[in-house]
Amino acid sequence: MSWMLPLPVVIPLLGAAVNVALDHVTPRWLHTTIALVAVTTGLCFSIIVLVHSMSGETLHWFGGWTPRSGVAIGVGFAVDPLGAGFAVLACALTLAALLYSIPYIEAATRNYDALVIVLCGACCGFALSGDLFNMFVWLELAGVCGYALTGFDIRRMSALQGAVNFAVVNTVGGYFVLIGIALVYARTGALNLAQIGRTLSGQHPSGLLIVAMTLIVCGFLCKAAIVPFHFWLGDAYAVAPAPVCLIFAGIVTDIGLFGVGRVWFTVFDAPFGSHQRFVGDALLWLGIVTALVGGAMALVQQHLKRLLAFSVICHIGIMLVGLGLLSSKGVAGAAMMLLAHGVTTGGLFLAAGLLGVREPVRWTAGLWFCGAIALIGPPYVGVYMGHALIDDAAVELGRHWVQPLIWLAGALAGAAMLRAGAQVFLGLADDYDHGIEEGRDGPVPYLATITTVLVALGTAVSVVPGLAQRVVRGADRFRDRAGYANRVLHGIPMKESAHLPVVLQPTSTESLIYGSAALVFAVALAAFAVRRPDAARTRVFEPVLWPLRQLQTGVIGDYVMWVVVGTAVLGGVWAITLR
Amino acid sequence: MSVFPYLVAGWICVIGLYGIVTSKHLIHLALCLTVTQSSTYVLLLAVGYVQGGGPPIFKGVKLGTTAVDPVVQSLTLTDIVVSVTVLALILALALDVHDELDTMDPDRIAELQG
Amino acid sequence: MTRRIRVAIFLPALGLFGVLLAWALVGIPDFGHYRGPYGYLLNRVALPERHMTNVVTSVVFDYRGFDTMGEEFILFAAVLGVVLLLRQGGREQPDELNDSVGSDGVRIGGVLAVGACVLVSLWLIAYGFVTPGGGFQGGAALASSVVLVFLVSSHKAWSGVASDHALDPFDGVGAGGYVVIGLGALIGGLPFLTNVLGPGVPGTLWSGGSAAFVNWSAGMEVAAANLILFTEFIDEYVVPLAAGDTAG
Repeated sequence: MSWMLPLPVVIPLLGAAVNVALDHVTPRWLHTTIALVAVTTGLCFSIIVLVHSMSGETLHWFGGWTPRSGVAIGVGFAVDPLGAGFAVLACALTLAALLYSIPYIEAATRNYDALVIVLCGACCGFALSGDLFNMFVWLELAGVCGYALTGFDIRRMSALQGAVNFAVVNTVGGYFVLIGIALVYARTGALNLAQIGRTLSGQHPSGLLIVAMTLIVCGFLCKAAIVPFHFWLGDAYAVAPAPVCLIFAGIVTDIGLFGVGRVWFTVFDAPFGSHQRFVGDALLWLGIVTALVGGAMALVQQHLKRLLAFSVICHIGIMLVGLGLLSSKGVAGAAMMLLAHGVTTGGLFLAAGLLGVREPVRWTAGLWFCGAIALIGPPYVGVYMGHALIDDAAVELGRHWVQPLIWLAGALAGAAMLRAGAQVFLGLADDYDHGIEEGRDGPVPYLATITTVLVALGTAVSVVPGLAQRVVRGADRFRDRAGYANRVLHGIPMKESAHLPVVLQPTSTESLIYGSAALVFAVALAAFAVRRPDAARTRVFEPVLWPLRQLQTGVIGDYVMWVVVGTAVLGGVWAITLR
Repeated sequence: MSVFPYLVAGWICVIGLYGIVTSKHLIHLALCLTVTQSSTYVLLLAVGYVQGGGPPIFKGVKLGTTAVDPVVQSLTLTDIVVSVTVLALILALALDVHDELDTMDPDRIAELQG
Repeated sequence: MTRRIRVAIFLPALGLFGVLLAWALVGIPDFGHYRGPYGYLLNRVALPERHMTNVVTSVVFDYRGFDTMGEEFILFAAVLGVVLLLRQGGREQPDELNDSVGSDGVRIGGVLAVGACVLVSLWLIAYGFVTPGGGFQGGAALASSVVLVFLVSSHKAWSGVASDHALDPFDGVGAGGYVVIGLGALIGGLPFLTNVLGPGVPGTLWSGGSAAFVNWSAGMEVAAANLILFTEFIDEYVVPLAAGDTAG
């Protein structure tokens, strides 16, 4: 089956190339069809790849350059279940975005479809790749598509501001990754992840490796919008067209986190494995701060898509907490949350986009509240399973204090969405400016159907029987550095593993209580904000959040300054703790 | 002096970052980004240098002659393309900003705040 | 936040960042003592196995050809992005713009130069597997040669040569051709982008095997992409100028 591995990447790219070659010859409906067929083909192949990856890494050495005595001489894809699952999610969300765009994006706009499907191919490539430099190439490709799509509405100053900030911060992050790669290459003379990990295992942590890891991790965290690298996201996601936001929120932000996990568990785990708590705790704290900042900032937003952008930051933070616990359950929790959050938030962005087409109706209000509750995660709804797995992982490490903090963060973002829903969709506020460009066109039932499917799928993720167990198994594989290296470099097959049951994953009582409490808290906070908007704003939100809002200046110089500050501080902390 | 070429790369990176943060003009900012990027060229090429090595081209040169690392050169080629593309995109955005606001000062284009 | 506060926070952080970077850089093996193994291995095997004398090009289009495909699509996506961002309805070629070059000497010399430069560029692409050059370098040179048309004639003549109608097919075929060549190997039961036309005669045009086609498609894409970028930006510059807008 290894011949299928390149297809989720190259078929969308080929579709884009064909579309551009035929740009002036063929009608638009043909372009749309080509784009849809390319992404659907990619989706089908990535599903088959996912199924096969469950029983062992599938490898594809491009050009047939297989490793020689443990030295990789070409570029290879090495696919594990989490990587393949990410590719499936990328193709599926891109398909939804394309379908939504058909009536929604102005017909005359050339190149839009092509950029969207190249973005899809780039995200798949990043997830499937087993080569450090190849990951950088896909990261940059995803970035380039993202910058252009953010600035889509070239007549709106805020869109240009968002695109400039997105482009500059992520480009600086990309350079950091590249400097890190150059440092690692100088030390190991290798670019294949498995081979680098093999070369570094047993080596003493040196200054070079500490700084290389800092640069690579911080570069990826820029993409993932982790505090203090997060400022660009609120500007960019607020202004990109709704279907583009669906792709951004669902996959593009997450590739940063995916990259951090990938390089830690295949490369840097080797020299720093004995100090892994220091690395994990730094990520854990960054995640907690990010989650709380995102949740709190969401509360004071009027602009609907900007509110969703801060909710994305909040949930990315919670995922980083799961990753920072460094255990299988933690990683699996992050992956479950990535799935539920990506699909649900994507649906909410589309619901916000519907407001540009026509006045709010009851149906969209229902969708909005359903999605908001799914993002809070009461027992067995939406992101709940991700939360529950992270809870378990935290308890196993004895870090009980993690749970209330991340549930609180999620509840804050949820409260913000419930409040906005009540004000916009139920009309409980007279002069609420939700910041959505009106005057879009399109058949409402068609657009609403796509939105409904996404929100429904996102809400149901936690009750899919057997899914959580398989994700935990996938996380085991994701974390297994030695096994990964054996499979990639020497083709040693994986041991047969026990069959997994198809039942609902049981969760702890604590998670059930926290989940219920989070919902109650969010509803209460939202009710307070709606019933007494002035008191809520002037006495609670404004004073508490004034300093945070001051930092969100929208000025690119400030943002890059924070990137350097964050990198220097994280590097300094690791320089002290990892030696 | 054996680390001097690497430190040059580090210095280029740092001054590029300084330029980005203090920039008052979007085109200047885009050029500062390419300065930062140049540090990666210098670093990559320096890392692959072999004392006394010729170019990794064996035309008229016996195979087995000492030559520098070809991989970093190929990575640098990719790196250059990345730099050009990002520069083109930011310049295009800068032109759009200029059309809308008649300013190129990155401190004055912030519409969304807080 | 004022600029002064920003710089006050920034400078100490940049100092720490620089110190950390220097700490890493002094840990690299001494300059000139590259330890391998990747580069040494390729320098040893590229000529015997692939019959390519230029190892850099063999890495770009054969050993790590898949990276290059991604790189080509970065350029491809950037062109799409720039065209998307600079779409300004209603900007048409103004009639009153008169920027024709008056001197016959410049024009004749220019036309000769265009021809010579195009030939050199094609040579750069063709012999990429033998001597320094290859699709990326040659493609960029080819684009610059065509830009000479603008310098030695007029914007109007240039628009006739380089319009998006003429260039988009090259852009798309160049990018798509790379993928199609890769898929060809896959359909034949080999890994993606396998060099199926196995080693040619070292030092000749055909030393690249099927990677030569990859090389040419990259050259085509790079040339077309650069020309589209140039067209977009020159239109931004020239058209407002002609319309009497002094702001340009």
